[in-house]
Amino acid sequence: MEAINNLISSGGVEDVLFYVFAALTLLCAVLVIANPFSRNPVTSAMFLVLTIISMSGLFLLLHAFFLAAVQILVYAGAVMVLFLFVIMLLDLKEEARRKIKFFGLAAGLVSVGSIVAIFFKALASAKPGVASPKLEGETYALGKLLFTQYTLPFEIVSVLLLVAMIGVILLSKKKLE
Amino acid sequence: MHVGLQHYLAVSMILFCLGLLGVILRRNLIVIYMSLELMLNAANLALVSFSRFNDKLDGQVLVFFIITVAAAEVAVGLALIVALFRKRQSAHVEDLTSMKL
Repeated sequence: MEAINNLISSGGVEDVLFYVFAALTLLCAVLVIANPFSRNPVTSAMFLVLTIISMSGLFLLLHAFFLAAVQILVYAGAVMVLFLFVIMLLDLKEEARRKIKFFGLAAGLVSVGSIVAIFFKALASAKPGVASPKLEGETYALGKLLFTQYTLPFEIVSVLLLVAMIGVILLSKKKLE
Repeated sequence: MHVGLQHYLAVSMILFCLGLLGVILRRNLIVIYMSLELMLNAANLALVSFSRFNDKLDGQVLVFFIITVAAAEVAVGLALIVALFRKRQSAHVEDLTSMKL
């Protein structure tokens, strides 16, 4: 009991939760792109939902409460339903297991390697952030910033959504000219 | 070791690399699209952690905009895939070779 109390007061629970959520996120992400048991896109979509949910757990650990809720609502709710709907509409068969091309694998490894190199280079020259951050990403503060400093981008995004809606309707009409 | 900014950035980097590998190696258009979502999410995670560890809220506002744009992008992209599927009866990148020399 005392050990648990010590763990809570030293912030150890958050560390443990970070490792749990990070491992869950990365594991599910691997299963999205390369599932050894199934090549069905529906399985990938389901694991993408799990990735997104565990990632919103990471957002909660970063005290970004509003974004964690939005992440689940928009991604796990709307976007994934759209994905599943399109998979159902297209009636995709299971992807045949084709051999991975050497050229593709080499390109992937080179780009991933360079990203990792850039990451470590950046980390070596970075200044450490605030040791004990106090920022709270609550709805009130975020909304206030959104409607004062970021009003113009906010309005532009609403126009963008309208344009996307019109574009989708035009694209999905029966006859494309 | 106490969890700090670099831990979150490492998770974000690995997630981005996984998404990139998915885009390069998978052949199904829809799975490629999901990998793109993974990459966008990795960027979101990096932005939120930067925002948290620099005590500035601006990063989270940017993430809010990214989520909105990603939703619009998914709608348009999936409509494109459906239109393509109607024309070619395939959602496989290796069947789409009309721009090949």
